[in-house]
Amino acid sequence: MKKRKLEENIFKALMIISLLGVFAALAGIIMVVAVKGLSSLNLSMIIETPKGGYYLGKEGGIANAIVGSLYLMAGATTLAFIISLPVALALQKEYLSKRFADFTRLVLDILWGTPSIVYGVFGFVIMVYLGMRASLLGGIVVLTLLMVPIMVRAMDEAIRLVPFEMKEMAYALGTTRVETTFAVVLKQAMPGIVTAVILAFGRGIGDAASILFTAGYTDDIPTSLLDPVASLPLAVFFQIGTPVPEVQARAYAAALILLVIVIVINIIARILGWRFARHIVR
Amino acid sequence: MSKIKIKKLSVSYGNHQVLNEVSLDIPERQIIAVIGPSGCGKTTLLKSMNRLLDLNEDVAVSGDIAIDGENIYRPDIDVNALRKRVGFLPQRPYPLPMSIFDNVAFGPKIHGLDVSSLSVVSNKEREGKGNKGTQRLVEHYLRLAGLWEEVKDRLNAPAAKLSIGQQQRLALARVLSIEPEIILADEPTSALDPISAKLVETQFKILKENYTIIFVTHILRQARRLADYIIFLYMGDLIEHGPAVRFFGEPCDEKTKAYISGEIS
Repeated sequence: MKKRKLEENIFKALMIISLLGVFAALAGIIMVVAVKGLSSLNLSMIIETPKGGYYLGKEGGIANAIVGSLYLMAGATTLAFIISLPVALALQKEYLSKRFADFTRLVLDILWGTPSIVYGVFGFVIMVYLGMRASLLGGIVVLTLLMVPIMVRAMDEAIRLVPFEMKEMAYALGTTRVETTFAVVLKQAMPGIVTAVILAFGRGIGDAASILFTAGYTDDIPTSLLDPVASLPLAVFFQIGTPVPEVQARAYAAALILLVIVIVINIIARILGWRFARHIVR
Repeated sequence: MSKIKIKKLSVSYGNHQVLNEVSLDIPERQIIAVIGPSGCGKTTLLKSMNRLLDLNEDVAVSGDIAIDGENIYRPDIDVNALRKRVGFLPQRPYPLPMSIFDNVAFGPKIHGLDVSSLSVVSNKEREGKGNKGTQRLVEHYLRLAGLWEEVKDRLNAPAAKLSIGQQQRLALARVLSIEPEIILADEPTSALDPISAKLVETQFKILKENYTIIFVTHILRQARRLADYIIFLYMGDLIEHGPAVRFFGEPCDEKTKAYISGEIS
């Protein structure tokens, strides 16, 4: 009896410690970034592009990177969603045999595990072949490639949780596969699909390596898909590497802005998720 | 008049044979009970009649089933139209992930059923604009399933919020809403509390005026209470079938006698 009680307590302690670790990690990151970055965070940091001498500590801001990241993510998230949803839906047993679906999942999992620098290099090679420069378009395409595997797999997990009996109910009414998919599967899986988009968004917005060669970096806000574009992860990367303390502090400010964007998007998604969850059957 | 003619129907999942050359005629506008011990093929027989079996992997069906003389296993048959004629009530009612109202309105919508075909809808409502007709239709079927009074004030609430007994009657309303001729029910009361079960049974008795109802049950007393006609399966074989009075009164087969007296189950 005593042993079982002890077992219970050890496990409980383990869970509490791990949970605290998770919260501490986020709190720690926010604190470090805030402490080091808040001092240089001001309005001009957000609304101005770098002026002459910015990288030596003079005036300007990182509006180029903020807007650039938002452009990149708007494009890549939309594109990834358009590609991922049909793939995830096709993995249902009504469409693909279990064998082929499992093979597709394996392919996606390998893509998911591929380092983002490999995506960057791959994208760069293709762009060189096509004679393209580093550009917003290039960045969007490579980020899309990076995001699709995680988005599909997360959608797939949500769709697989839709009880087969529920789909059977729809088919018994004489619905086609498409009708069942839209009226039943998507509705029931919607909160999970929102989560999938967020997971992929999180991976995309924070990634520096994949867009290093493909999107490039510039002090200007792009006016066309073929212009190079700055991004927040690279803004952090470049500024932290300079010897100037003011610029290093600005790297932390950029990281803080990135974090805030991620937090805001997550909160919006949670709210959307709750709204969509109204009719789901538990 | 027989509604459904089954000829030498055999079904197997992979190497596992579930039904062996079942042949029988099923009468119209009666309550038909399919009885037998677990795993004897009752549900399979039921799901073969609206081709819901097609959704299973590695299922092989041979023989044929004719409804009103039309073979439903013909390659060019419209399965969705068939399923509209042959409604299905599951063992555990899964509401569709939408409101109570939409659960009932969904079927008629996809089949493009016209409200005006309903005799209960008045001429005025027929001409009425917008949703009026659909509202009348939803009310009609909810009443027919004996659920209207309980849900009329919260039609837009999620169907998942209903109790399981209410969900089963909602499933019944959903089946009725596509105007089937035949209703298949797979142990429709087994997940329900006694009061809800009784409500469903009562609805069945009312509905048999207009529908052929085939239900699977493992409760002999329920078959006695409800059924006009009995089909008895044992290990995938059809042992005996016939009017309930004769089936329970003078069973022919030894296995039937043993099953009725509770010696095998």
